Amino acid sequence: MALKTETMILNMGPQHPSTHGVLRLELEIEGELIVNVKPHLGYLHRCFEKHAEAMQYNQVVPYTDRMDYLAAMGNNFGYVLAIEKLLGIQVPERVEYIRVIMAELQRIASHCVAIGTNGADIGALTPFLYLFRDREYILSIFEETCGARMLYNYMWIGGLSHDIHPNFVRRTKEFTSYFKNTIVELDNLLSYNKIFVERTANIGILPADTAINYGATGPVLRGSGVKFDLRKDDTYSIYNRFDFDIPVGKGLQGTVGDSWDRYYVRVREMEQSLRIIEQAIDQIPEGDVQSAIPKKIKPPKGTVYTRVENPRGELGYFIISDGNTNPFRVKVRAPSFVNLEILGELCKGHLVADVIAILGSIDIVLGEVDR
Amino acid sequence: MYQYFYELTGSVIISTLITAVFPLVNVLLVALLGVYLERKVSAWMQDRVGPNRAGPFGLFQTVADFIKMLQKEDATALDIDKKLYNIAPVLVFAGSFAVYAVIPFSSKLIGSEIEVGLFYALAVSSFVVAGILMAGWSSNNKYSLLGAMRSAAQIVSYEIPTALVVLAMVMFLGTLSLSKISEMQTAYFWNWNILGGAEFGLVKFLLIPFMVVGFVIIFISTLAEVNRTPFDIPEAESELVAGYFTEYCGMKWAMFMLSEYGNMFAVSAIVSILFFGGYQSPFGYLGNTLGIEWLIPYEQAFWFILKGWFFIFVQMWLRWTLPRLRVDQLMTVCWKYLIPYAFVNLIIIGIITLL
Repeated sequence: MALKTETMILNMGPQHPSTHGVLRLELEIEGELIVNVKPHLGYLHRCFEKHAEAMQYNQVVPYTDRMDYLAAMGNNFGYVLAIEKLLGIQVPERVEYIRVIMAELQRIASHCVAIGTNGADIGALTPFLYLFRDREYILSIFEETCGARMLYNYMWIGGLSHDIHPNFVRRTKEFTSYFKNTIVELDNLLSYNKIFVERTANIGILPADTAINYGATGPVLRGSGVKFDLRKDDTYSIYNRFDFDIPVGKGLQGTVGDSWDRYYVRVREMEQSLRIIEQAIDQIPEGDVQSAIPKKIKPPKGTVYTRVENPRGELGYFIISDGNTNPFRVKVRAPSFVNLEILGELCKGHLVADVIAILGSIDIVLGEVDR
Repeated sequence: MYQYFYELTGSVIISTLITAVFPLVNVLLVALLGVYLERKVSAWMQDRVGPNRAGPFGLFQTVADFIKMLQKEDATALDIDKKLYNIAPVLVFAGSFAVYAVIPFSSKLIGSEIEVGLFYALAVSSFVVAGILMAGWSSNNKYSLLGAMRSAAQIVSYEIPTALVVLAMVMFLGTLSLSKISEMQTAYFWNWNILGGAEFGLVKFLLIPFMVVGFVIIFISTLAEVNRTPFDIPEAESELVAGYFTEYCGMKWAMFMLSEYGNMFAVSAIVSILFFGGYQSPFGYLGNTLGIEWLIPYEQAFWFILKGWFFIFVQMWLRWTLPRLRVDQLMTVCWKYLIPYAFVNLIIIGIITLL
């Protein structure tokens, strides 16, 4: 007679070292094998979208910082682009260049955290601290220019809150030349580490069609081998002036679309961001960064949707204006939220230890998932 | 050791006390220094400073931590199995502490000079599993349970390659006594077992590669037995919060930590006794050259402690460099690689010994 067995429910989170914030995962496990995963959201819900309706257009910018708090520059960028499109403002060249450099620096800083925590979840704590050390460098560059280290409120509608600091160009150049070594070091220490590869290759395989069906974007989609990057495919700002590649997952260590591919795409993306910064930093034109900021923001009736390539994927802002000083509706398409939906699909049949490896490779920020 | 101190002091009470307290003092010192060193080593490796506030170079940091632990409220979760829950930390600590009784720190400083020291050390150190299972089961926490199950499977599996290598060494040396094993590797470092022991001629050179393989196997499997990275799966912080001791706090938690660091030194000691000459100096004794006989045991203790801490440092080095394996990969490493190689090694060393 067969023994009667039953599955066990394991609550992972909201207080857990590696759920990257306050995500709660309800794991149905059989021994250590995952039968089902149910993410429970909402522990960090702050009503951003509703809140925005009570604010004037320019007052919404600081709130966008607090969504994806690891890539606040990118959030600002998307929002101000939407409103500028609504108002029909053309911002000065200098502003465009600074915005692109800031967004790319932010992408590197954000990927540092993503890669670092992915490694730390698997037990490699040292690369995590090396990456945080270098992220610190970027944050201090930001701090010098706009006074904040995490929530910048730097990009304003029609311009920037401050012009760049006199040291900015020099320090950014220092950083780009220095950070290349870190990437080499990271490859040696983590990317090709036998144990790390064993833990991530062939784990959580996401085929390209599933990724597209779920609406995944960013490194998660590119890890599956789909060459889709809004900076190239739906170019905004001045990205079409720069020469850079879009790294995609090739299944170098296992299958296309496994956790290792998603990880590796991020590493290579940091290199491409460095390339963009190196090209842009020498071309910053002179000018006033605040000349195009409108005195009163009262866009005409209408709707607008803009999307930008944030470190985590396609960040979209859908804004309805009813002709008042406040937006009628702000809807955010948050890449983390969309990407997180795949988790259940990816985890089935894997072990408990793989859940965190997969979650780390999806790279979510709960501030953005819940908004 | 009793004899040594009896000759030194002439008092039964004092020498008995010293002999009894010696292992306890050792294990506590090792734990205190081990925690401090782990913090410092990890800090150096990670481009940080590490503890530097309490005392010179932060040396009293762990002391301060222990005082904090002692003061903590002994909070327990609801619906736990009180008896098992309270016994578990003691049992785990006792397991690692008991090993210290037979570790020869020098030719004179041994808690108890029993003939089957090696066997005893293996036996009591696997005693820890019972404590870990108890802790996991009684905590009424799923993470603890998973951690305990993993740990039991891991420690029991990795005892096999350890035992096989030890068996090969016992076959080669013909004794189970740890102090005798150390004595056999006397004089210079080329008499250490990793370099073929005190053999001569062809046999010595034939033995060297297999001794190295044996050392690698036993080092890897002892890493797994003391739950160090890359085998720290039972307490995998990022998966199971803290594994089997998730629900423990205060001094009970500290007991688990003590036993972890105690174990680290114990296995390092056994590895260095088996392969690196135990307490023997690599190049003769100062006491011999100067003609000061009483200096020799202390010199030996110095070398022994140095070797032990060197292996602890290697363990820390690995911990802060490597990621963690998954539980099934861990079993694969053990059953598919270590055990077959250990078997082959056992047979070959046996044949060479017969030659």
